Amino acid sequence: MTLQLDLLTTHYNYYAVVLLLGIGLYMLVESPNLVKKVIGMNIFQTGIFLFFITLAYRAGANPPVVYEGQGPYVSPLPHVLILTAIVVGVSLTAVALALIVRIYSEYGTLDEDTLEKLYYD
Amino acid sequence: MIEHLPVLLVVLPIVGGAIPLVASLYTDRAGWSIAVVTMLGHAVLAGLLVQQVRTGGAVSYEVGGFAAPYGIELVVDGLSAAVVALISAVSLGVLVYARRAGPHENTFHSQFLLLVTGLTGMTVTGDVFNLYVFLEITGLAAYGLVASGREASSAVAALKYLIIGTVGASLYLLGVGYALAATGTLNMADLSTKLGEMVAYDSTLALTAFGLMVGGLTVKVALFPLHTWQPDAYANSPDSVSAFISALVSTVSAYALARILFSVFTVEFLTAVPAARWALIGVASVSIVAGSALAVSQNSVQRMLAYSSVSQFGLVIAGFTIATPIAVVGATVHLVGHAVMKGGLFAASGIIERQTGATTVGGYAGMGSRTPLAAGAFAILALAMVGVPPAIGFVGKWYILVGAVNAGIWPVVAVLLASTLLTLAYFARLGERLYFAEATIQEETPVTDGGEAVSFGMISVVVVAAVLAVALTALVPSLETLLNQTLPQLIQ
Repeated sequence: MTLQLDLLTTHYNYYAVVLLLGIGLYMLVESPNLVKKVIGMNIFQTGIFLFFITLAYRAGANPPVVYEGQGPYVSPLPHVLILTAIVVGVSLTAVALALIVRIYSEYGTLDEDTLEKLYYD
Repeated sequence: MIEHLPVLLVVLPIVGGAIPLVASLYTDRAGWSIAVVTMLGHAVLAGLLVQQVRTGGAVSYEVGGFAAPYGIELVVDGLSAAVVALISAVSLGVLVYARRAGPHENTFHSQFLLLVTGLTGMTVTGDVFNLYVFLEITGLAAYGLVASGREASSAVAALKYLIIGTVGASLYLLGVGYALAATGTLNMADLSTKLGEMVAYDSTLALTAFGLMVGGLTVKVALFPLHTWQPDAYANSPDSVSAFISALVSTVSAYALARILFSVFTVEFLTAVPAARWALIGVASVSIVAGSALAVSQNSVQRMLAYSSVSQFGLVIAGFTIATPIAVVGATVHLVGHAVMKGGLFAASGIIERQTGATTVGGYAGMGSRTPLAAGAFAILALAMVGVPPAIGFVGKWYILVGAVNAGIWPVVAVLLASTLLTLAYFARLGERLYFAEATIQEETPVTDGGEAVSFGMISVVVVAAVLAVALTALVPSLETLLNQTLPQLIQ
């Protein structure tokens, strides 16, 4: 029991990751509103970003700005990767929103179920 | 100059892709010429690279001069050289087709070149995170291209593709995170040695990384049941785009999956964890049967072709997962052959639609005499896809079959034969409609766009694809020698 409590208090970041991934994926699948689907996609990706940043963390370490005798440092690599991934995520959101604007102007709805009916007519 | 070839292959189309956007300030019709010039340059570079790999073996390049495990490494071996050559050739063919078929906007050509950048990058990279970035560049360009259709339904198809594709790529990224946590490296060659040493192959960490990376890529390859984005995307995009993405996007994703299997996790992993191997073979086998079965039940020709891809990529992935030299050669031959055949089939269906207005299996009735060249090419490509010798489709299937028999993986043998019958069923139905049925569509069908809808270039692309579907068989031995240099490193 103590072991599990220990996990709960030290690994809360990972719980947040799982929660974000779950909420994001659920929204993406379940919400009939296209904009909310994109928001869900963003939350899902944020979960992944948090996962990478958590990987880089090291207890008692300094930011990765190298000075004499300042080590140990946290790993800078995941931070750089996630900067790139954030840029990718922003571009995806932009493209998705542009498509949604076009869908709305053509069909006049953001609701997936209504759209499905119009789409297969 | 010559030592910078791998990186130039990526830089050239991305720079070329920016030019049409700038040119839009002056003219809206410069995109095509710029794209052709860029792709000709790309083809020359690809040719030089293939030559270099043939004579000197695998080429490796350190981007920015940072040493390999820390910097990004580009690696071109026999397998990637073959895929790079394919990308160049298919892109040029599609450009010839798009000259008349459109879209004509500069932005289309920018996206086209961006897609080539992403595909080439995925092929030459030797770094798992870099692969993710190129995967997303490919994805972004492909979503934009699908949405370039005139009908509003293309935007719906593109959004569906975007959401499912992003989940796939994100799962892959999560897998990269697990691999990074396990080994602290992102370089493929470095990962392949450290995965066995630093963490056991059957540890939860390694298995999760494998599951997420491979699972994410199967979304992009469109294996059943993760294929749902693909028929809509292919059927609703403009003809040039469906020919282009059906020929290349899933193909390069399947190549990336093979790269992850062989160059990151290695065959040792597959033998150490039979469950992982059988899971992938299972998914591939289900995909082979389900794709064919769904294709048989389609009425729209383009959707039928799309479901046929689901089945054919199941076959390719099964070949790679069997991982014996003959099966891997077979999978590569089928990967290249499928790209030519499927791209050609989509292009031919586009011409048939323009000339006769036929888009469904019923509508194809009696159209063989009305569009003799396109229908003839369609029939040859369809037979090649079924696997009638001496076409390229036969060679790939035969090698995979022999590989599966030698390895004693009987489920693959069974589904391969069953799916060949189903493939015959849906393509024979089309052939019968084309040539032996009474026409159901009247002669006077409205031709879109005004003026002549089909150019000589479009017809010649389809005819060349049909000729290649047979003639490529003669090139298989040289592909084999190219691969034989690489196979020992891939499959120890």
